[in-house]
Amino acid sequence: MNHFLSVERLLPILLWVAGGTVVVFLIAPIIAIMPLSFNEEPFFTYPMPGLSLRWYEEFFSSDVWQLALRNSIIVAVCTTLLSTALGTLAAIGLSRPECPFRATLTAILISPMIVPVIVSAVGIYYAFAAVGLLNSLTGLVLAHTAIGAPFVVITVTATLASFDHNLMRAASSLGATPLEAVLHIMLPIIAPGVVSGALFAFVTSFDEVVIALFIAGSEERTLPRQMWSGVRETLSPTIAAVATLLIIFSTLFLATIQWLHRRAERQKLMH
Amino acid sequence: MRALLLVAPLMLFLVAIFIVPIGMLLTRSVDNREVARTLPNTVAMLSSWDGRTVPDEAIYAALATDLKASSREDVAEIAKRLNYYEAGTRSMLLKTARTIRNAKSPYKDAFVAADAQWETPRYWHLLKRAMPELTAFYLLAALDMSRDETGAITTVTPENAVHIDVLLRTFAVSASVTLLCLLLGYPLAALIARSKGSTANTLLILVLLPFWTSLLVRTSAWVVLLQSRGVVNSALAWLGVIDPSQPLELIYNRIGVLIAMTHILLPFMVLPIYSVMKSIPPVYLRAASSLGAPPLSAFWRIYLPMSMPGVSAGGLLVFILALGYYITPALVGGPRDQMVSYYIAYYSNQVTNWGMAAALSAILLVAVLILYAVYNRMVGIDRLRIG
Repeated sequence: MNHFLSVERLLPILLWVAGGTVVVFLIAPIIAIMPLSFNEEPFFTYPMPGLSLRWYEEFFSSDVWQLALRNSIIVAVCTTLLSTALGTLAAIGLSRPECPFRATLTAILISPMIVPVIVSAVGIYYAFAAVGLLNSLTGLVLAHTAIGAPFVVITVTATLASFDHNLMRAASSLGATPLEAVLHIMLPIIAPGVVSGALFAFVTSFDEVVIALFIAGSEERTLPRQMWSGVRETLSPTIAAVATLLIIFSTLFLATIQWLHRRAERQKLMH
Repeated sequence: MRALLLVAPLMLFLVAIFIVPIGMLLTRSVDNREVARTLPNTVAMLSSWDGRTVPDEAIYAALATDLKASSREDVAEIAKRLNYYEAGTRSMLLKTARTIRNAKSPYKDAFVAADAQWETPRYWHLLKRAMPELTAFYLLAALDMSRDETGAITTVTPENAVHIDVLLRTFAVSASVTLLCLLLGYPLAALIARSKGSTANTLLILVLLPFWTSLLVRTSAWVVLLQSRGVVNSALAWLGVIDPSQPLELIYNRIGVLIAMTHILLPFMVLPIYSVMKSIPPVYLRAASSLGAPPLSAFWRIYLPMSMPGVSAGGLLVFILALGYYITPALVGGPRDQMVSYYIAYYSNQVTNWGMAAALSAILLVAVLILYAVYNRMVGIDRLRIG
């Protein structure tokens, strides 16, 4: 009996040790790279000889990095607008009770999430070469929209699953046109889904590197594309500085998504 | 009908930007129109050639007419195409084409003057083999096979067999990463599932934060940490575990690939297992132990079987995602650790062999689609949730 009890007590401790180690493995690299971006010397070891902002200065004063940052923002913003509009419309269509072939249509619409990105990238490269869309921000926006829109379809469809379509019928019986019903009834209710879909699309584009490697020329290089060359060629702490900025950005992003989730849960409870 | 109108814009967009491009790429894996397009007269003449005797002057004249009529680029393209069948044919055809441009009939002598081998049937056989508009050549080559002169399928010589190696390596790396993710992810998922309230929430956020951190940021972090003069090696040296002059080789090899890919894919394992574990009522385990089951056997016979749906969902997802990885192995792996994605990029970007890039893409795509079909049956593709 005594032996039985000790195993009983030991197991949760073992679980904490094992799980805790894995959490450290998950978080440590992200935590470790941040201070190195403030290192005075271009080394990647601790202890650091002194603190400095020179790598951030290099990032903000370098034409190459600034062009990459500007391209990334332009492409991500355009991708977000385009994929949110197309994706939300499609999700509304798919959720209508009378929609035919729903499963097949959904499968096709989310296929860009399933196809390995290298296959998409090479295919798009091959097709864009034929129509002169290589080396252009337009080409990059179109390609990123194709892989970003499925995230919008999925998040908005999930939000619409709990939407009561009787509300739309009620609105039209009260004299609202279909457009008015969508704008005043449906959109406000599904807004959290649309916003998180938009955030997903933004991050998908902002992080994407494989397609950018194939279809963007040197004038269109994006932040991830520039990081890729930085890591491959001359690994300088500027990479650590960019990484730190991106980690801060993804933390803010995660916080927003969590907040939206919680808001949606609370709304569900209120109904 | 209105529903379809709402779906139509995105559908048309994806057809134009995504589905047609991938379709165009995949057709390149069987497309073989170069020779027929560039040498139409020769192809017409050769189709009635018996294949045993040396062709007569009419066939030489047809090839001369075709070569004179085609651009340098087109000739270069079929020369490259023929070279896949046999090394050395490329320079021979290019040289012949240059000579023939200024030659006059009878052409047979001009061809033989350019290269004596035109007098044997061998090169005409090569041309004839390259004639059909559809070919299994690239798909066979992607599996290290080819056809011999009689048309039978054979395996290529070991020193030319590279693709099976690459495919096996891709599967081996993906399977290892899946196993490592399972070993690390299962206890973490169990820990989160049995934690309560804010502890569970904090742990979950610690899993989600790396999940949302850019893939490139995480890969760069590992490059910085694992270098011979990086954080991990200097910490080990400081602890006295290793000699500082002989750092461990943790990167640009298989170890680096496994560490970085496991780190990146771990959340895809933890989240599905956690969501299944969360739904296992703790009362079952208490019932088992009140009936006299020791904790280990309660785990083995109750908890583990009940958590299996999560394990298979996470395992399949990690394996599928790993198969298509390109960026991480390219940045932290050595030449012997590159996976099939790397070779697709190599064939399309560096040597411009679209047939091979397309054939490897087709193989990767089919593997992934089959696994997703399995995933769909077991888990439901609509449960492919993110976040």
